[in-house]
Amino acid sequence: MELCGAKRLGYFGRSQFYIALKLVAVAQSGFPLRVESINTVKDLPLPRFVASKNEQESRHAASYSSDSENQGSYSGVIPPPPGRGQVKKGSISHDTVQPRTSADPQEPASPVVSPQQSPPTSPHTWRKHNRHPSGGNSERPLAGPGPFWSPFGEAQSGSSAGDAVWSGHSPPPPQENWVSFADTPPTSTLLTMHPASVQDQTTVRTVASATTANEIRRQSSSYDDPWKITDEQRQYYVNQFKTIQPDLNGFIPGSAAKEFFTKSKLPILELSHIWELSDFDKDGALTLDEFCAAFHLVVARKNGYDLPEKLPESLMPKLIDLEDSADVGDQPGEVGYSGSPAEAPPSKSPSMPSLNQTWPELNQSSEDTAIVHPVPIRMTPSKIHMQEMELKRTGSDHTNPTSPLLVKPSDLSEENKINSSVKFASANTVDGYSSSDSFTSDPEQIGSNITRQRSHSGTSPDNTAPPPPPPRPQPSHSRSSSLDMNRTFTVTTGQQQAGVVAHPPAVPPRPQPSQAPGPAVHRPVDADGLVTHTSTSPQQIPEQPNFADFSQFEVFAASNVNEEQDDEAEKHPEVLSVEKASDPAGSLRVAKTDSKIEEKTAASAPANVSKGTTPLAPPPKPVRRRLKSEDELRPEVDEHTQKTGVLAAVLASQPSIPRSVGKDKKAIQASIRRNKETNTVLARLNSELQQQLKDVLEERISLEVQLEQLRPFSHL
Amino acid sequence: MAVCVAVIAKENYPLYIRSTPTENELKFHYMVHTSLDVVDEKVSAMGKALVDQRELYLGLLYPTEDYKVYGYVTNSKVKFVMVVDSSNTALRDNEIRSMFRKLHNSYTDVMCNPFYNPGDRIQSRAFDTMVTSMMIQVC
Repeated sequence: MELCGAKRLGYFGRSQFYIALKLVAVAQSGFPLRVESINTVKDLPLPRFVASKNEQESRHAASYSSDSENQGSYSGVIPPPPGRGQVKKGSISHDTVQPRTSADPQEPASPVVSPQQSPPTSPHTWRKHNRHPSGGNSERPLAGPGPFWSPFGEAQSGSSAGDAVWSGHSPPPPQENWVSFADTPPTSTLLTMHPASVQDQTTVRTVASATTANEIRRQSSSYDDPWKITDEQRQYYVNQFKTIQPDLNGFIPGSAAKEFFTKSKLPILELSHIWELSDFDKDGALTLDEFCAAFHLVVARKNGYDLPEKLPESLMPKLIDLEDSADVGDQPGEVGYSGSPAEAPPSKSPSMPSLNQTWPELNQSSEDTAIVHPVPIRMTPSKIHMQEMELKRTGSDHTNPTSPLLVKPSDLSEENKINSSVKFASANTVDGYSSSDSFTSDPEQIGSNITRQRSHSGTSPDNTAPPPPPPRPQPSHSRSSSLDMNRTFTVTTGQQQAGVVAHPPAVPPRPQPSQAPGPAVHRPVDADGLVTHTSTSPQQIPEQPNFADFSQFEVFAASNVNEEQDDEAEKHPEVLSVEKASDPAGSLRVAKTDSKIEEKTAASAPANVSKGTTPLAPPPKPVRRRLKSEDELRPEVDEHTQKTGVLAAVLASQPSIPRSVGKDKKAIQASIRRNKETNTVLARLNSELQQQLKDVLEERISLEVQLEQLRPFSHL
Repeated sequence: MAVCVAVIAKENYPLYIRSTPTENELKFHYMVHTSLDVVDEKVSAMGKALVDQRELYLGLLYPTEDYKVYGYVTNSKVKFVMVVDSSNTALRDNEIRSMFRKLHNSYTDVMCNPFYNPGDRIQSRAFDTMVTSMMIQVC
């Protein structure tokens, strides 16, 4: 290594690697291992490999145009060692690409191994070709590879170290010959190579270790995610899945999966850990995605990769709407599955060793890099689903252990953000439960929340239909490695909620109308009263959106009421109010607002705790609060308009309010408290408005009387 | 904040026991062992009534001058015992309940793993993580 390293100091690792390979080949062929030997060993076997390789080599050389000290010794046909290295690289990458792209889900290991073996010898052969420059035989590559491969199978020189470079070398060598070359060998020689490669794995590994560094360098540059599953691998996994469970949408029961994976001969403890990682929904059964992830982990483990602590993103069960990066081929898996697909699952073992080309370095670092984005962990739920989950939080029966989990992590993340900003005490407790565990562990709380929320939305008639129940019980991924997931979820959900959390988290000021409770309590709340409530025309809703929004927002953020609840309640009342506004019932705008308010109150009635005076939906309450304060400051008319404006603003802001997961009892209690307060505020407001209405009516009556009095005069 | 968490199997042998390392672990082991009697007493006190009527959370089993011991039994007679520091007054009953709930959920997850043989010691990393979070969690 020193030779090639010393020689190639300053050169990119690839060339060094190739030099190393060459040295290895030289050593294996019995030549003294010296720098000169590389140059001198021109008579290495495989003279048959003709110019095709040479041509390619020269092509490579031309493309790379690298110089080396050896250049002088060779004619221009043979590229200098660096060029050779490049050629090798190109060929290797080609080969690597080929197996990957080959339709046959054959063991990548074979193609991997064989190409690697070829490079070391190829340079020599190339040199030979140089001696025997022959017209470029396009067919040669095809023929050459054939015999080329077989000798390799026999002479498994441990030069396969370079196979690690599988990871999709970026520079796609333009050599079509190599491409075709790669095509045929894999198909024809894979099987033959496979056993050979398997046998010589150990030797290969030892040799490869020398070039590991180069490989790593290459690998790190070649692909980002070592956990990605290649298409071939995926296909293989799917086929295996089918052997156990013909229905691709079905589950593999735990016992069957246990038997299957036990065949891989991994220790039970590791299998148990793999299971923990891959069984996303913790249902004791594996779906197709889970199965593929588990299989992939087993393959990786067999190849020497350490198991991650948490499931890599690319292995996470894909959500419907989430884009998963688990598409690109994964080197380890690919290699592992280079084995003939015909092999039964147990063959996994034999094929896997072939993968054990020194990859250990790859995993951890790559995993870290790969695990970046917040991919929702749970399989089934999709983003939409998650949102639905949240919405449904109220609607769904909490029995779904999994569904809440999905929702909860996102909710938690959102909530945590919100809470942290809002600094709610309740949030702290929620944060304590930030791990998805808390979610699952608080089903009762959630259920209570849900029921509470339900009450909220229950009243509003057309409240947004509760989101359809999650297709599959959401796994409480929170249980295992949920913390990480949560973080990831947080990121994803955070994106969704980013806009929502824009509001400044200020504790909503206690409604000034603390006085309201008194009169409000006394006044009976009835529909009529509500109707008489001064109403701000819907058109004036836009007024004061700013100040209403924030106040409303704060209030809502403070309350851990489900966002959807509020949204739904809000939206519905708003719609109703608008409709009511058009009603001819009240010529007064008051009527409109009243109806709106009525709706809201009706919607919130069940939600509200105790306060029987004016059951208002939580959202309206803060609105009312604001309205109230404004009322005090402005004339009645303005108050009305403002009120409606605030209400509208609140309604508008509802959807944006990040839903807080009021799982905590404290949160619930806090929200209850707030609701009560808003209730009192609104009740007071209602009473005031009613009073105003009465005044207005009196005025009207007086005016009518005056008119009557004047009429006789007019008749005169 | 729990200082010791233990999972006892039906036959009263520990499946999982872990204490905060700073403490004398043997003392905690002994406390857990003695608490088993209290657990049995509470369970039997429920009467021959059906298990359904029995609540899983047993509450405070017995307090010592330094610690309080809480218990929780599953329907399969698997007991969870948690020792908490008495000085931690902020720890409310609700929180203890939630901690037991999390324990139960994690235990269920471990059970769901087909590679886990009931009766083995629990070596699940996820379970360990969850217990660690409970033990270091600031109440």
